[in-house]
Amino acid sequence: MTNPVRILRVEDKLYQNRYLVDSGRPHINVRPHEQPSANLLALTRVCPAKCYELNDKGQVEITADGCMECGTCRILCETSGEIEWNYPRGGFGVLFKFG
Amino acid sequence: MIKEEFDAIVIGAGMSGNAAAYTMASDGLKVLQLERGEYPGSKNVQGAIMYANMLEKIVPDFRDDAPLERHLVEQRLWVMDETSHTGIHYRSDDFNEVKPNRYTIIRAQFDKWFSRRVRGAGATVLCETTVTELVRDAKGKVIGVRTDRAGGAIYADVVVLAEGVCGLLGTRGGLRKMLKPEAVALAVKEMHFLPEEVIEQRFGVKGSEGCVIEAVGTISHGMAGLGFLYTNKESISLGIGCLVSDFAAKMESPYGLLDALKNHPSIRPLIAGSEVKEYAAHLIPEGGYKAIPQLFGDGWVVVGDAAQLNNAVHREGSNLAMTSGRIAAEAIIQLKRRNDPMTKRNLALYKTMLDKSFVVKDLRKYKDMPALLHTNACNFFTTYPRLMSQAAQNFMRVDGTPKIEKEKATTAAFIKARSRLGLVSDAIRLALAWR
Repeated sequence: MTNPVRILRVEDKLYQNRYLVDSGRPHINVRPHEQPSANLLALTRVCPAKCYELNDKGQVEITADGCMECGTCRILCETSGEIEWNYPRGGFGVLFKFG
Repeated sequence: MIKEEFDAIVIGAGMSGNAAAYTMASDGLKVLQLERGEYPGSKNVQGAIMYANMLEKIVPDFRDDAPLERHLVEQRLWVMDETSHTGIHYRSDDFNEVKPNRYTIIRAQFDKWFSRRVRGAGATVLCETTVTELVRDAKGKVIGVRTDRAGGAIYADVVVLAEGVCGLLGTRGGLRKMLKPEAVALAVKEMHFLPEEVIEQRFGVKGSEGCVIEAVGTISHGMAGLGFLYTNKESISLGIGCLVSDFAAKMESPYGLLDALKNHPSIRPLIAGSEVKEYAAHLIPEGGYKAIPQLFGDGWVVVGDAAQLNNAVHREGSNLAMTSGRIAAEAIIQLKRRNDPMTKRNLALYKTMLDKSFVVKDLRKYKDMPALLHTNACNFFTTYPRLMSQAAQNFMRVDGTPKIEKEKATTAAFIKARSRLGLVSDAIRLALAWR
């Protein structure tokens, strides 16, 4: 029996990745809302970079710095208009070393 | 920025874009390729297994300098429950051939190589450039693109959309619909580094031989999903992917699934002591044949993941991407030679050629599989794996119970879990979807 694998927090996993953050120009925005829809709420669990979090009013907020540009949130929430999604400007965003 | 006009603009420098750009440039077409990443590959994520045959058709001498990790001699297909795996392993010395059939690759490195070949063939490759919009003429024909760089539009006879699974330009430009959450999987992956000799010992391989494991079962927590472990030279790519619709419905976290997989008693010893150097996430088209969108129009074609060309059953994607890129390029070359305009009617040639290839033939074969797996995720990914594991353990464990009773217990467990009718109907539906 080998020792359990050490589990890192997502923040620490992302720390190993390379990013060029486009300061002040987030490529994803959440539309202001009173209460999140089921899909928007799901992003707080489903986003692989844990970019989406609930604030103390129960609304979903995004910090896109660690975004891996997978597009999952776009699939779930762009059509309803709850989020606005674009690619970062050329050269910015995640830079996979291995990919 | 760029005043000249091109024969073709290729958007994206992944597998399909590179295949298209290389093929057209090699034939003498004036090609501009635009890539939003800092370098080709910096935005690209794959497991990754590369199938030699499809690349050979594009770059016959790729083995001379392409960064290949290991050639595969062994494939393990596992069905897992919480504490076990039941597997089919296929290993053959026949795979130790002069020109091996499958290799593991590391995409960021591989794509840089492919891009060097594209430049070598004469294409202009511009990185750090995000295409923001397709430019159309008064009749709606695509005649070029606008980018986020200073300067105006860039014009070409035809635009090859190799923009990847997200396909922003195509969906926003009304060329195809937005992906549905049930037609796309989210996969997360970590790169685990280990010394070469440790990998060789753990997987029983030597030299550049490699081994891959692909697994279904309770690891996906009842969702339609697949875990994978690929051996590279000095690293292991370990990941898991499930349908986005399932993730959302179950409120599961992908990194939670991956962490659980890493700690599974069958996986843990294989990666013990590794150093993780990257965590990546990517979408995979899973809709199959029925999800293939319109592939061509006035002044444009779409290839690769953007065209949903992914064979989920065989876990093949990059070879379909490469092949669709090559075929689109060959169709464009033919039209160019005949001086035919790049109209929708003429570009239909791409689809005609693609329909005759393995790409569409394979996807058509499994056209009903996505729906079956989507609606039966719990049975196929949890119930049956548990039953298989119990059956195997019941068979292996020697405890004085008469064999006839053991067999009865196994049969009873299957019937209890799915009922006689359920078992028969699952078998028939699976057989029909497979045929």
